[in-house]
Amino acid sequence: MISLETPRKFTGLVAQAHQVAAQMFRPISRKYDRAEHAEPKELLMLASLLDGVNAGGGGGGAGAAGAGRERTSDTGENRNGSNLSTVLGIIELCWGDVGLLLGMPRQGLGNSAIAAVANDEQLARFKGRWAAMAITEPGTGSDSANIRTTARLDGDHYVLNGEKIYVTSGARADLVVVWATLDRNVGRAAIKSFVVEKGTPGFELARLEHKLGIRASDTAAFVLKDVRVPKENLLGTPEVNVEKGFAGVMQTFDNTRPLVAGMAVGLTRACLERTRDLLKGAGVEIDYSKPARLQHAAAAEMLRMEADYEAARLLTLQAAWMADNRQPNSLQASMAKAKAGRTCVDVALKCVELCGVAGYSEDELLEKWARDAKILDIFEGTQQIQLLIIARRLLGKSSAELK
Amino acid sequence: MSFAESAMGFGLKALNRLAGSSTVDKLGLRKLAERGLYHSTRAGFAVAGKAGRSFKAAQKLLKPARLPRAADAGLFDLNPTSEQEMLRDAARSFAHEKLRVAASAADSACAAPATLLQESAALGFTALCIPEDLGGAGSERSAVTNVLIASALAEGDLSLAVACLAPSAVATALALWGNETQQAQYLPAFAGDNPPVAALAVHEAQPLFDAFALTTVAIRSDGGYVLNGAKSLVPRAADCELFVVAAMLDGAPRLFLIESKTKGLTLQAEPAMGLRAAATARLTLSNVKLEAEALLGSAEDYAECIALSRLAWCALAIGCGQAVLDHVIPYANERIAFGEPISHRQAVAFMIADIAVELDGLRLATWRAVAKAERGEDFVRETAIARQLATDKAMKIGNDGVQVLGGHGFTKEYPVERWYRDLRACGFMEGVVLV
Repeated sequence: MISLETPRKFTGLVAQAHQVAAQMFRPISRKYDRAEHAEPKELLMLASLLDGVNAGGGGGGAGAAGAGRERTSDTGENRNGSNLSTVLGIIELCWGDVGLLLGMPRQGLGNSAIAAVANDEQLARFKGRWAAMAITEPGTGSDSANIRTTARLDGDHYVLNGEKIYVTSGARADLVVVWATLDRNVGRAAIKSFVVEKGTPGFELARLEHKLGIRASDTAAFVLKDVRVPKENLLGTPEVNVEKGFAGVMQTFDNTRPLVAGMAVGLTRACLERTRDLLKGAGVEIDYSKPARLQHAAAAEMLRMEADYEAARLLTLQAAWMADNRQPNSLQASMAKAKAGRTCVDVALKCVELCGVAGYSEDELLEKWARDAKILDIFEGTQQIQLLIIARRLLGKSSAELK
Repeated sequence: MSFAESAMGFGLKALNRLAGSSTVDKLGLRKLAERGLYHSTRAGFAVAGKAGRSFKAAQKLLKPARLPRAADAGLFDLNPTSEQEMLRDAARSFAHEKLRVAASAADSACAAPATLLQESAALGFTALCIPEDLGGAGSERSAVTNVLIASALAEGDLSLAVACLAPSAVATALALWGNETQQAQYLPAFAGDNPPVAALAVHEAQPLFDAFALTTVAIRSDGGYVLNGAKSLVPRAADCELFVVAAMLDGAPRLFLIESKTKGLTLQAEPAMGLRAAATARLTLSNVKLEAEALLGSAEDYAECIALSRLAWCALAIGCGQAVLDHVIPYANERIAFGEPISHRQAVAFMIADIAVELDGLRLATWRAVAKAERGEDFVRETAIARQLATDKAMKIGNDGVQVLGGHGFTKEYPVERWYRDLRACGFMEGVVLV
């Protein structure tokens, strides 16, 4: 039966995540925006707390590792599982602060990749470790099939060489999931992901980026010189299968894109709620029983933004719900990411405009959210990449036809 | 020139254009078109309700019959029930096999074919909102089902969907807000073999129309009411036997049941940019005297009526938007420019991707609002959001649909220009349809 409300069984988790966002993230939000590259020590204790919550919460996690394969049998019944609960938790936490969520120990996108494609032995071995994700290279952004970092089998080890940038939490994580190619001539089918332990000889942290936003989250660059990784650290199959090779690593995105969409949804709601309060102080309130054209121009803008927010939020929940119900959701994951990514930037910038100096000055967090927002329409697939994926699926086109 | 004269003038101009249309002949629809035009020219002078029946209560109700609400499972769920899927499939087949085929000629004729409307009535969607005690088929409040049906019908044609669903709006209003006398008098007829044509008339012609500040006014008189004013874009008005009309009473908007044979009602054809197959007309009320029993529901019920009609327009926009998407995909793949399909260009492909994204957002927002309505929860904010998406995104879908086809889209050889015209209505119309 159709219903799009937050499942009753997750209301406790959502309330908890909201408390964390309000009581722990918000108070230190500005501090770590100013102190870029300083490690938010407050998060260490929180991460342990969350581990406890996740362990006791019947699979409903608040971090990225919660998304992934459902390991229960398929009964055909409607399921509300860990993909949905995770995205709901992330929405709340990013209502608090996106940068701090990204910096949460043991909740990295690398953890999502492990959760999605690791075998049981690997799952056990990497359990409880913090895993970052390294895909982008200086010469390769959205065209991730074109990566140049190489992996060569040498006995029981793969030897990795290359350069990686934009590794979120790369400096603080225990592990980095590195994308590398087994054979550059084969193309995307030869791209595999490898779990690299920090401290492995040859795996050097080159620098940390200075950024527009999400400054609480460190963004690292690595150089890999003859890094020897045990064979067992390859995620997925070692075979180079031209038929479906790339699908393995790309499958990660079907699970993580709804999460990044959720981050954008949380930030959007933060902007809308704060702007609504500020506008109320200025004497403008939204009347939901009247169409926008019969209201104050600022109220009409708010109504439009709230409509975009709700569309983005529901598309995000849909993508997560489909994952819970084992329905293929690549299209819906990209639709959610496209809508949520552009909506959070549009809304954040418009809220700054509506609030004027109050929105633009550092007295409020609105200007910070407007800076944080921009990355959400870029990482985990830019707006344009999402539209390409959506269009190719709808039109039945290959990447060679629709470029 | 008086209004009546200009309405006549329109009719003659339309006649000139239509007489030259080969589509009308090709489809063997000239007779229908002539009949439709006869209506729209004649209606300038028509008194409403020539064919109106006498509504008589066959049984006495002790209290109004209300459908129970479905239980809430407390889960996020996008799966329709199997019954809903079955009804949606039936509506979709009818839409694609019948409505789509008849749409272009009905648009030109400003009228829906009578046989089509009879077939639609025979499908029995109206009976779903009528309790079984009153001869209907309803066992639960079914607003979600109504949304699925309205969307499915609008996939065929939005205007014809409006024509088909107009009587259901009145039946739904009676089922939700009618008292025992009103229900006993009118509802069994809607569940019968020959359901009456009826319309929910809320909209008025003034710019910045506000459904809560109407110019149509009811004054208390002799234990009843006297109504004056005018209602716009009333569907199938010339054939209506019963109207539900919105008017201000003591400063608050309310609904009134008015049988079409009541004195003081006149009709003028009011053809518009779209919704043409619904044979829209302006209904003028001059000193219309009603009995006390004519007042339908409370002021709160009126607010619910407006919200449910906005959701019905969202549902129609979903169906029409889907029609656009389903049309532009094969078109963009088949149309060759610069030596390859235009779908190979991002400028075109991204437009189509955006249609899909915004359409799905509108669908989900509408579903959320109507599911809340069905469960009896507050759904005002959710309705405002869905309606805003219908206003902005559905219109953009209609606009982009024509743009993808370029010059072809601008001609009547293709249906996208009609959807462009119909989708504009979804953003501002009040009343007419209910879920």
